[in-house]
Amino acid sequence: MNGDVLVVAEHLRGELKDVTRELISAGAELKDSLGGRLIVAVISNGPAALVGSVSLEGVDEVVQATVSDEEFNADTWVAVLEALISERSPAVILIGSTANGLAVGPALAVRRRLGFASDVIGLSVQDGTLTARREFYGGKTEAELEFPASIPVMLLLRPTTWRSASGTGSPEVTPFSPSIASERIRTRHIQLLDPEPNDVDLSGATAVMAIGRGIGDRENVGRLSQLAARLGMTLAASRPLIDAGFLPQSRLVGQSGATVKPKLYLALGISGASQHAAGMKASETILAVNTDPRAPIFAIAHYAGVVDLFQVVDELERLADQ
Amino acid sequence: MRLVVCVKWSGTLGDDVEFVDNDQNVDPDYLDFALNEWDRYAVEEALRLREAVAGSEVIALTVGSKEADSALVQCLAMGVDQVTRIPLRDSDPHDPVTVGRLLAAALQPTLPDLVLCGAQSSDAAHGATGCALAAWLSVPCVTMVSKIDLELERNLARVKREIEGGLVDVVEVLLPAVLTIQTGINEPRYVTLRAVQQARLRGIKTLEVEATALNTAAYRVRRMYLPEKAGAERIPGGPKGVAAKIMELVREAAS
Repeated sequence: MNGDVLVVAEHLRGELKDVTRELISAGAELKDSLGGRLIVAVISNGPAALVGSVSLEGVDEVVQATVSDEEFNADTWVAVLEALISERSPAVILIGSTANGLAVGPALAVRRRLGFASDVIGLSVQDGTLTARREFYGGKTEAELEFPASIPVMLLLRPTTWRSASGTGSPEVTPFSPSIASERIRTRHIQLLDPEPNDVDLSGATAVMAIGRGIGDRENVGRLSQLAARLGMTLAASRPLIDAGFLPQSRLVGQSGATVKPKLYLALGISGASQHAAGMKASETILAVNTDPRAPIFAIAHYAGVVDLFQVVDELERLADQ
Repeated sequence: MRLVVCVKWSGTLGDDVEFVDNDQNVDPDYLDFALNEWDRYAVEEALRLREAVAGSEVIALTVGSKEADSALVQCLAMGVDQVTRIPLRDSDPHDPVTVGRLLAAALQPTLPDLVLCGAQSSDAAHGATGCALAAWLSVPCVTMVSKIDLELERNLARVKREIEGGLVDVVEVLLPAVLTIQTGINEPRYVTLRAVQQARLRGIKTLEVEATALNTAAYRVRRMYLPEKAGAERIPGGPKGVAAKIMELVREAAS
């Protein structure tokens, strides 16, 4: 094992995903502390086309792994990365804590006996020892994690937590084509389906009223929907209400839904799980109403209303009547 | 078809917390435990697949201390056929690589046709145990599954998985396989108090698994602590004050 950092590039439909630039900036800091090189692996049926977009400041080498899959395929990625990790023995492997990252990272940790943590929000190295920071209990606690000595560590980093790498590097480009036993490929990508055409454009809204589990019963949705309309706000929701069928998928803000950046984001009865935060934390002003003063939403909100949301709704209805 | 669901008795933290074990853990007295939300959907999905494929059975598996039996009681009340707990002390490592290895040791002797896991737990939220389990078993895994169509004549499942931004990835996976289940895939059945009481009377098997897995923890918690206090400015004046601030911001946003 050397001090190298291996970043796994994530891409979709031929475009680099933002998380990759964040992994590169995290990796560039780490390699300085570990005294190694920063290597970015691009696994694609046309990796050359992505080399330019990952040749960012701090990147020493881009490994082009050519595979036949048109899009992400977990088994292919695990096989390629297993061979690459075995060949290069990096100290740290960084992947996004995304749907795809979570489909390969844990498998590699098992197959290569790596240290492992997902949804990592902070990294530090002191005297050569790596520490990762992550949340537990829905963001109500945080922990520092340490890893077994002298084995590589696989870390899945939470998206939108590190800054995006910029600047240009002039990395060395290396081809990589491991032979993969056909019996290892038991998953097959069929197609990508786009979201249903939306009845609403959440991402373009200037004022969003988002409702969550705290609104209680389904019958309250109508009342809040009316209030949103009267205030000129677009109604959105967090995942539990979508799962319960209170509102259609098109109203979902978060990792598996829309990402919004309105001038005002009003969060009513939303605890603020990281998946939700990923979709709204870039909003200009966030005001959250929740009876739990320790709700994680208050960590990203600008204004906190620690009161019963329906008492606020009563007041808002009265003010809107005036 | 032999279906296995892996579940967790998952803790939710209230307003207060105390740390124990040299600040490496939360005092369980401050946690409210329940069957992990994602796992409820996984159990429901397994029960639906059992109904769809004649001659199927559903087995629920958990890893944990005696308290985790309550998760299995919930599974029995929902209609699962058999349950087993793999003992693990609260002070032992609970990282997904270790838990996946313990689950795999229990499943290895007779591989089931399909294993369902919740996509994540609400407390530790690694989202990794299902994928780690699949690797230990050397079977494929599909994560974040929101729809399952079995094609048993081809020995595969065609599944939809949720990726970021509302996109859906359609994947075919050979069986046996592990699928990690997203919330919203179905509507989990309501469990009556009576069903829970009856389930409590049924025995819960425990299965000791070789403890070597515990020496290979993928991480250890050095220190658990409260995150730094939020930067949010608390709005004074109760509900009236909050409503007034909202109106002010609504007007600003519209201008």
